[in-house]
Amino acid sequence: MATHVRKFHGGVHPVDPEKARTRSLAIEDIPAPERVVLALQQHIGAPAKAVVKKGDAVKRGQPVAEAGGFVSVPIHSPVSGKVVEVGTCRHVLGMDVPAVVVENDGEYTNADGVGEAVPGADELTPEEIKNRIRDAGLCGMGGAGFPTHVKLSPPPDKPVDALILNGAECEPALSADHRVMLESAEGVLKGVAYLRRVLERDGKLPATYIGIEDNKPDAIEAMKHARLNVDVECEIVPLHVRYPQGAEKQLIYALLGREVPPQSQRGLPMDVGVVVQNVGTAFAVHEAIDLGTPLIGRVLTIAGDAVGKPANLRVAVGTPVPGLLESRDVAPDAARVIFGGPMMGIAQYTSDLPVTKTTSGILVERGPIEQRFDPCIRCGRCVEVCPMQLVPTRLSVLAEARMYDEMAEWGVIDCIECGCCSYTCPANRPIVHQVKLGKWLLAQAQKKARAQQEKEKQGKGGAA
Amino acid sequence: MTVTVSPHRRDGDTVPLIMWTVALALFPAFAVGLYVFGWRAGYVTALSVIFCVATEAIIQKLRGLRVTVSDGSAVVTGLLLAFVLPATVSWYVPLVGAIVAIGVGKQAFGGLGANFFNPALLGRAFLQFAFPTQVSMAKWPIVAGVTGYGRLACDVAGSVDAVTRATPMALLQGKPGVPWSSIVDGSPFGPPMVWLLPGAIAWVLFAVLVIGAVVGVYVSVRTEGRLAAVVGIGALLLFGVMPTGDISFGMIPGCIGETSAWALLLGGLALVYYRLINWRLPAAYLVTVGVLAAFLPMKTAGGEWVALQWGRVMTHVLAGGLFLGAFFMITDMVTSPLTSKGQVAFGILAGVMVALIRIYGGYPEGVCYSILIANAARPLIDKYTRPVVFGRRPPKAAAA
Repeated sequence: MATHVRKFHGGVHPVDPEKARTRSLAIEDIPAPERVVLALQQHIGAPAKAVVKKGDAVKRGQPVAEAGGFVSVPIHSPVSGKVVEVGTCRHVLGMDVPAVVVENDGEYTNADGVGEAVPGADELTPEEIKNRIRDAGLCGMGGAGFPTHVKLSPPPDKPVDALILNGAECEPALSADHRVMLESAEGVLKGVAYLRRVLERDGKLPATYIGIEDNKPDAIEAMKHARLNVDVECEIVPLHVRYPQGAEKQLIYALLGREVPPQSQRGLPMDVGVVVQNVGTAFAVHEAIDLGTPLIGRVLTIAGDAVGKPANLRVAVGTPVPGLLESRDVAPDAARVIFGGPMMGIAQYTSDLPVTKTTSGILVERGPIEQRFDPCIRCGRCVEVCPMQLVPTRLSVLAEARMYDEMAEWGVIDCIECGCCSYTCPANRPIVHQVKLGKWLLAQAQKKARAQQEKEKQGKGGAA
Repeated sequence: MTVTVSPHRRDGDTVPLIMWTVALALFPAFAVGLYVFGWRAGYVTALSVIFCVATEAIIQKLRGLRVTVSDGSAVVTGLLLAFVLPATVSWYVPLVGAIVAIGVGKQAFGGLGANFFNPALLGRAFLQFAFPTQVSMAKWPIVAGVTGYGRLACDVAGSVDAVTRATPMALLQGKPGVPWSSIVDGSPFGPPMVWLLPGAIAWVLFAVLVIGAVVGVYVSVRTEGRLAAVVGIGALLLFGVMPTGDISFGMIPGCIGETSAWALLLGGLALVYYRLINWRLPAAYLVTVGVLAAFLPMKTAGGEWVALQWGRVMTHVLAGGLFLGAFFMITDMVTSPLTSKGQVAFGILAGVMVALIRIYGGYPEGVCYSILIANAARPLIDKYTRPVVFGRRPPKAAAA
């Protein structure tokens, strides 16, 4: 069945002893803390707008913020209690974002409809399912956090005929998706069934694939087994173990052979008729509709070489991370905290951030890594491993020479920042850093140019 | 907490590790050089390495840069420079070669990674003109009457027993239709075993080699190159036991490190296995030379054109500096193209140059110049083999 799976170009195969440790750790339920910090920007798009004020009583599953636009999602409280502050908190990208702080009364009183199946779930129209997903605050749980309902709303000129569930979990060390598939396979499949119904077009359901890296044979078995009980027509496809197998464009290519146009052409999976959702998101869809529970919790992996007791935890969104690390036996010489996986995660200067809908893992590591780098020796490994088929060495050398305009010519915008190039570079060149810098400077220059144009236009208008 | 940019993992390979591995991979060829040419081979090699390292250190000091001789790249250049010199050269030959190789060939461009030409070959090319009699004699003094495989040694002591012998490439130079056996007959190369076998068996062995090569290429493509090394080990064994005798073992006159195809292949395969070189590049280079050696027509003394000369293939491929060039010179990361496609084009270009120089040119060896010429074409090859970004549609489709 799956013998036709293609290999995407490039990629690396990181040695991954940590995954071997975390994969066998069953998900532990962690009770919500005394205070939850609900960032209002947990997704890509407009921040949510707070609908509560200090002193308001809230119930579990009640929205504390509404979507700030179409590309936005509401935020719900995972606990019942009192709003003690509407302020700010740190975002994983380094800025401060608005946040609502709720004090937990320990009662977990549910808001209306929470914890109960949506009545008549079997008869919901696609539009009703989609609204339900939107109101439950769902966004991609793999990392980027793109609002789920937006992905499910392809414009009429971009017909979608395939749905891909991303269970690759190619980041080393992380096992959150793996455990979800293993422990909640039926829930995932039920969520998949709803997703399929949303994407129904002219009475035809999309072809559905669940892609899982073949280093998780137990998850593949669990999903296949669950399919006996849940009536979902889908193909469960074992994928090559190769990072970044779970990157959207690479996953689509591996499964369907379709090439999504790159970022410089604003390419999206729907351009090739595909919608990709993370398996964790599918499970959240199941929870939202069959259990009436909005997205107020998630599974994440805590790992890293400074963590004595790694774990897979189901935690409330908004749980401050320092509390989670307390019982994990973190070494005193821990030097780095990384949100996300080892390849694309973002290092933080403090662990004092709340868990968000997109926090798939938290790594605590020892010692800084070597920052000194050598000249490029043109070994070509970065070119070999680049899944976007860029020439990373060129980008790196251009960045070093501050030739940012030329970087655009060499496709810097198309880089997905997977980190394969830096990972493999024998000269230890900070290629991803240079790419991020180049992108940022190019965006700044563009902004400036646009402002200049506006000004000239206005100047002309004034003169006339 | 320390903030660093992703990725937070590295595969642990470093530039010094690569360079020192290459140096190590040169060891089998060096050992054969010592065996064939005696202690003077070691002397010249040591001088060359010391001069290269010293030149690099002094220039970096003068330029106020961090001295990076411990990364091993100057050591590799020193080894390669010595390997393309005969063991008989005077001490100042490697000195001048090192200054040109490191000073002009590498540091003048900005140091490691910035040079356009293979430094060792640039040094060698300079020596070719500076000391033509020392570095490119067509005949080499050897000591006759040694035992075993016709072991040769340099006539460093000016022994009265010394006789001079031509290198295989010099014997071939300008002579069409010289059969393999005439190079071998009465020479100290020893009898190549395959020609002692009945013709049919020789052809069967040849066929096995060809089929093995085809299967090897296919399997290598499917397994991303690792198996290429394994298949190559088969070739090593074949070389060892049968068809080429002393030539592939390296018991022939020549430069210090170039004579033993067998030892060079051993080191080269290690590099292929550890992914330090792309097997496609040496393969493209060797195959191109082999094919052209067979098919390029030559004019005989009688004015007659001879086209097909199978006998030349093995000599051109195995004798002379081709294996050294194919595994250690043309594969230099800095001066070869980035992509696999580019490297194949690069290998073919250099292979064509070797064949043209050797068969039509006035110079028995072509490896050095062929690689320097290909080095010059490298930026152009890189330009035309730049990979197309994943998912980027051709402009026409994008516009529509």
